[in-house]
Amino acid sequence: MSGLPARFMVIQVILLVFIFFAILRTVERYRDRAIPVRWLLFWVLFWGVVAVAVLVPKTTEYLARLVGVGRGVDAVLYFAIVTLFYLVFRVFVRVERMESDLTKIVRELALKKEREENSNDKTQSPK
Amino acid sequence: MKITVVIPAWNEERTVGAVVHEVRQYAQEVIVVDDGSSDGTGEVAAREGARVLRHAANRGQGAALQTGISAALARGADIIVTFDADGQFSASEIPRVVAPIASGNVHAALGSRFLGTVYGMPTLRKLMLKAATVFTSRTTGLRLTDTHNGFRAFSRRAAELLALRQDRMAHASEILHAIAEHRLSFCEVPVTLHYNRHTLRKGQRLLNAFHIVFDLAKERFLKRT
Repeated sequence: MSGLPARFMVIQVILLVFIFFAILRTVERYRDRAIPVRWLLFWVLFWGVVAVAVLVPKTTEYLARLVGVGRGVDAVLYFAIVTLFYLVFRVFVRVERMESDLTKIVRELALKKEREENSNDKTQSPK
Repeated sequence: MKITVVIPAWNEERTVGAVVHEVRQYAQEVIVVDDGSSDGTGEVAAREGARVLRHAANRGQGAALQTGISAALARGADIIVTFDADGQFSASEIPRVVAPIASGNVHAALGSRFLGTVYGMPTLRKLMLKAATVFTSRTTGLRLTDTHNGFRAFSRRAAELLALRQDRMAHASEILHAIAEHRLSFCEVPVTLHYNRHTLRKGQRLLNAFHIVFDLAKERFLKRT
């Protein structure tokens, strides 16, 4: 176990605890059928990769050399920013779709109510 | 020929009553879409004889306009006029805006304050609207003098083609894009605008111009993804 440090640093412990709870929450969400299996796999894999990077920081240097950035920490940061951008974009698209769906529902309700009132008018005052 | 006036209204209980009262003299039907108001907008409008549709939640002026237009079409309107609830337009000008449609010359008649008369418009507002007009004329290829005027009239066919998707303020540009896309015949009609403290408070601020451009850009972008 050459890569493992003899003593864990505090930050490593904090991160590992965080990762543990993140995976736990994801599994719970999957059990509640709130997310599909592909997202469970994605997140477990994602946090698994993060856990390896935390336990064996040298792996990030390997990644950095692979993609041609200087330090391991830099590679992790780039990767994190790209991931965040992608996730924000997904949320953005979803919110847009929900907004437009909400308008459709609100409109449909208003029109439906108007039609009902209209037919009531006709039945109540058959002049 | 059935003329229906559609008025989107959000928290306009102070002005919507008088507006409906005046507009009724020039139209067979007045439809007010109460866009989730927290005041008595819907009740006031109904008391003055408007047919009121209520949005359960506030969805924006574009959304309310489309709801009103759908209702007007369902109720057999031949000509649909869009009008504002804040009292800045003159109801007596409705016949003038409707005339080009009624005579069958065009499918859309668009009110223009810059061909007509404006009372009490601040300079910043004027510059903003001029800039919006240049911008929208460029993007739609339509020659217009006032692109963001809520006083318009549409033939039934034009109204059926509109299908507004912009819930907020970008619907003004969207209407013009639809006119350009479907090659609908149109004309501009001079109209009078009365600005006052109330209309200025509710009207477009400079920041909103950026929201509108953002909404339009978003639409273009998302349509392709």
